[in-house]
Amino acid sequence: MCFERLKSTVGRKAVMAVSGLILLLFVAGHMIGNLQVFLGQEALNSYADHLQSLPVLLWPVRLFLLLVLLLHMAVSISLAWENKTARPVPYAYQDTVQAGYVSRTMVVSGVVIFTFIVYHLLHFTFGTTHPQYFHLTDSKGRHDVYSMVILSFRDLWVSGSYVAAMAVLCAHLSHGIQSLFQSLGFNNEKSRPFFEKLAIAASIMIFIGNSFIPFAVLMGFLKLPSGVI
Amino acid sequence: MTLDAKIPSGPIESKWDKHRFEMKLVNPANKRQFSVIVVGTGLAGASAAAALAELGYDVKTFCFQDSPRRAHSIAAQGGINAAKNYPNDGDSIERLFYDTLKGGDFRAREANVYRLAQVSNQIIDQCVAQGVPFAREYGGTLTNRSFGGAQVSRTFYARGQTGQQLLLGAYQALSRQIGLGTVKAYPRTEMLDLVLIEGHAKGIVVRDLVTGKISSHAADAVVLATGGYANVFYLSTNAAGCNVTAAYRAYKKGALFANPCFTQIHPTCIPVTGDHQSKLTLMSESLRNDGRLWTPKKKQDKRPSHEIAEEERDYFLERKYPAFGNLAPRDIASRAAKQICDEGRGVGESGRGVYLDFADAIRRLGKKEIADRYGNLFQMYERITAENPYEVPMRIYPALHYTMGGLWVDYNLMTNVPGLHVIGEANFSDHGANRLGASALMQGLADGYFILPYTIGHYFASNPKTQVSGESPEFKRSEEDARARIQTILSIKGKRTVKSFHQELGHVLWECCGMARNAAGLKKALGEIPRIREEFWKNLNVLGDREALNPALEQAGRVGDFLEFAELLCQDALHREESCGGHFREEYQTPDGEALRNDEKFCYVAAWEYQGVGKPAALHKEALEFQSVKLTQRSYK
Amino acid sequence: MNLKLKVWRQRGSGDRGRLVEYEAKNISPDVSFLEMLDIVNEELTRKNVEPVAFDHDCREGICGTCSLMVNGIAHGPRRATTACQLHLRHFKDGDTITIEPWHAKAFPVIKDLVVDRSAFDRIVQAGGFISVNTGGVPEANTIPVPKRTADRAMDAAACIGCGACVASCKNASAMLFVAAKVSHLALLPQGQAEKKERVQKMVAQMDKEGFGACTNQYECEAVCPKEISVSFIAKMNREYLKSSI
Repeated sequence: MCFERLKSTVGRKAVMAVSGLILLLFVAGHMIGNLQVFLGQEALNSYADHLQSLPVLLWPVRLFLLLVLLLHMAVSISLAWENKTARPVPYAYQDTVQAGYVSRTMVVSGVVIFTFIVYHLLHFTFGTTHPQYFHLTDSKGRHDVYSMVILSFRDLWVSGSYVAAMAVLCAHLSHGIQSLFQSLGFNNEKSRPFFEKLAIAASIMIFIGNSFIPFAVLMGFLKLPSGVI
Repeated sequence: MTLDAKIPSGPIESKWDKHRFEMKLVNPANKRQFSVIVVGTGLAGASAAAALAELGYDVKTFCFQDSPRRAHSIAAQGGINAAKNYPNDGDSIERLFYDTLKGGDFRAREANVYRLAQVSNQIIDQCVAQGVPFAREYGGTLTNRSFGGAQVSRTFYARGQTGQQLLLGAYQALSRQIGLGTVKAYPRTEMLDLVLIEGHAKGIVVRDLVTGKISSHAADAVVLATGGYANVFYLSTNAAGCNVTAAYRAYKKGALFANPCFTQIHPTCIPVTGDHQSKLTLMSESLRNDGRLWTPKKKQDKRPSHEIAEEERDYFLERKYPAFGNLAPRDIASRAAKQICDEGRGVGESGRGVYLDFADAIRRLGKKEIADRYGNLFQMYERITAENPYEVPMRIYPALHYTMGGLWVDYNLMTNVPGLHVIGEANFSDHGANRLGASALMQGLADGYFILPYTIGHYFASNPKTQVSGESPEFKRSEEDARARIQTILSIKGKRTVKSFHQELGHVLWECCGMARNAAGLKKALGEIPRIREEFWKNLNVLGDREALNPALEQAGRVGDFLEFAELLCQDALHREESCGGHFREEYQTPDGEALRNDEKFCYVAAWEYQGVGKPAALHKEALEFQSVKLTQRSYK
Repeated sequence: MNLKLKVWRQRGSGDRGRLVEYEAKNISPDVSFLEMLDIVNEELTRKNVEPVAFDHDCREGICGTCSLMVNGIAHGPRRATTACQLHLRHFKDGDTITIEPWHAKAFPVIKDLVVDRSAFDRIVQAGGFISVNTGGVPEANTIPVPKRTADRAMDAAACIGCGACVASCKNASAMLFVAAKVSHLALLPQGQAEKKERVQKMVAQMDKEGFGACTNQYECEAVCPKEISVSFIAKMNREYLKSSI
């Protein structure tokens, strides 16, 4: 594909769609991985350990995801800027017939999600925000992800911010997913309602799946293994 | 002046072929040295400009609209005729020719009409190749519908938006040439004068409607494709901007104006509701394929339509014209509706309306089929009247729609002014005294794609090429005149608006020179018009700048020309002491109220020569000779 | 009925516009929106105030000339209706109505409510056609087109080029207009030969004119007087991406 073509508005929308799709797949995979928390400490910690044990794979994937994220953001910023300048004089009387609130605030939700990602990485990947939970190890000497998760989410503020961020992500995806079918040209009159429903269903599933973890911790469904404080 | 129509000799079916062979050609390499100005970008103008540019001519187009795509051809709904005989129902070039000539009440030039029928099939081929989405059969072939004045189905259509689709086809062909740099387009630019140099049309003076700048454009030939003058009546189905200015300016420069009294009243329009109304909306004639016209048999019957039983209804077209029924030609149907309303049997609040009822068709074909055929028309009707035509019958009444008259042209579509060509509705040639439905699109595109591109070359090849420049004194004089006129309009500073004068003029014309005319009324109009004109130039109020967009100023210029042209229209109507087609003189009718032609005295084209403002125009006659048809009284019974 | 109007007045493209209040008094509800403006203009002229310039022509919803933002909605509140076919019966007595021109960088204001939409023409000039010269074409029925395809092409071709899609789009994007033309021609067999160049050139020109990008909010479809479907935008995206591979 010619690079020049990707620079057009239509091309950049396709870039948004593809990068968004990759990020979506990551979010979904990540969620499925995390849900192993319900299988208990052994399952989650061994999953985490397994991931960490493959640095040759882990780092290229992380780098790739970072690049995709940056691309998704950079392209969206360039488009948003152009979109803003395309109407230099705003309407005195503004009204909207069809465009939903979510679709009009994708940049805002995107910024919130990015902020959350930074926080999330500092929290669970770099251990900056809660260092006291980051160095726990389990009986097999592995990094005790399971306990870290539960201890962190016992804090109402932490859980609350995660759930709030998931709500924003859900909103972002509800427009983003259906949008990618349009931008990549899969929509037609018959498929559009289906993709719209699919988008909403998928984003709600991601919301429920991810939010269920802090929720379960707060409700006490997920308990610490014995031996941890 | 003797009018030579330059009709080729020989049998009618071979005239055009023979003529094409006899016409001189311009060498392909030389074509780009010839420049052509095309004024107006409707079907005729856009198609001509595109075709000429494809041939290699250097073309400039002008239109007052903001884009060539908005010319009023876009509003044509029903369809375009062609003699393809796809339905295998007996159509042929001869039959299309005969129907058109008879439909025009034998007041058109036979040779032109025959040629029109001959090229009709090529138009369909051309449009299909351009991507015009004509309606199709399930097998993928083109489908046809029937239209007024014909007993065969020969009308090609694209839903109720045929004009739009054909115009977009021509607009796209034109746009392609603009993109290639072979056509320079000037939108939002209005022609104010035609410039003659040594008797030849060599350019125009225009006003840029955005900046107000007046400038000259010189060329080797000028083509007017500026449409009709129905807006002289103020209320018509034409777009607000349609005007006679370009044609009238050419007339004032010596071009003859032919048959101005041949105006067409379209039977199926939405009735007038009040003084505020700025235009009338046409409901396509195609509706008469499935709709039935009726009124109550009783006078002043104010009951709602559903309370009027079948036996109390008068399906007047089916009763009077059993052979054609609801598909009687426009002039006939209009007059029948008027007579019914004059008798006091009209419907609606004003009593000026008849029903167009789809109940039977919906029962027979189902609502979906009807929606498929006429959905957008039904929607349009509902928008305007707030009534749902699927449930209650439409109310319709005739309205001014098209003008058959126009600048006189010869077989080459050139006026008596050498170099000035006129195509489409702006010329007079093909429709006689009445145009059949779906023939306007045919004529516009025939002229533009397939006739003018040949004949204009003949003009170039037969005349010495001269160097013309917009700097010459003839252009400068015209520019000065145009500026002075604008200055005059702006400096009157009277009390009345342009619209009020236009409305007043329209009212006089509709009353005295509308659907039915008589000598007394026409004489009255000829007395009124100069009075209105005089007041116009004394008491008009136009505000705003000359060097900026100023819609009122534009309109004032156009109404100023209408106020002179209206006199010519009435003069022609008064002189033509017969009834034919759209021109119905009450003094000349058969005992059962049909038009009574007078072939002995009036079988000619009345071409008028300008003599000065307020002075009667001088009449020139082009005798109409019919080689291949016998003149008969038109009967659709 | 009586209405209070707030009308955008702007002397020229260099001028800053502002809303000016006018009254429309004793107007029949059967009057169309443009006829109401006619009446207001008559009254203004009588008071020696320069009338409001607005674009209009056919007044039957097909030429695409009229271009009014009525209370923030292109062509006003009625679905599938141009401003010229909008009647006052859809408003209430005493309503305040704000009337603005289309606002978009690619549609500079010429005066008051009149804007320059020549960007649309340039997009079509860039490739919105089938390159066929007059005369050299096959007989019409040698190109069969399935009815469904022809109907669908017609759905797209029904665009009147009014620019309401641009006006209402939060990004002033022209995607619906361009997509309608691209789809119309790409659907038909006649349009296949230049399908790739066409979409590339039209999109490039669209971007050059300064329209925004599509963010799939479908506001354009909601206001389109001809109800052109945004599925055509998806089709254009598909055509564009296919042509780029």
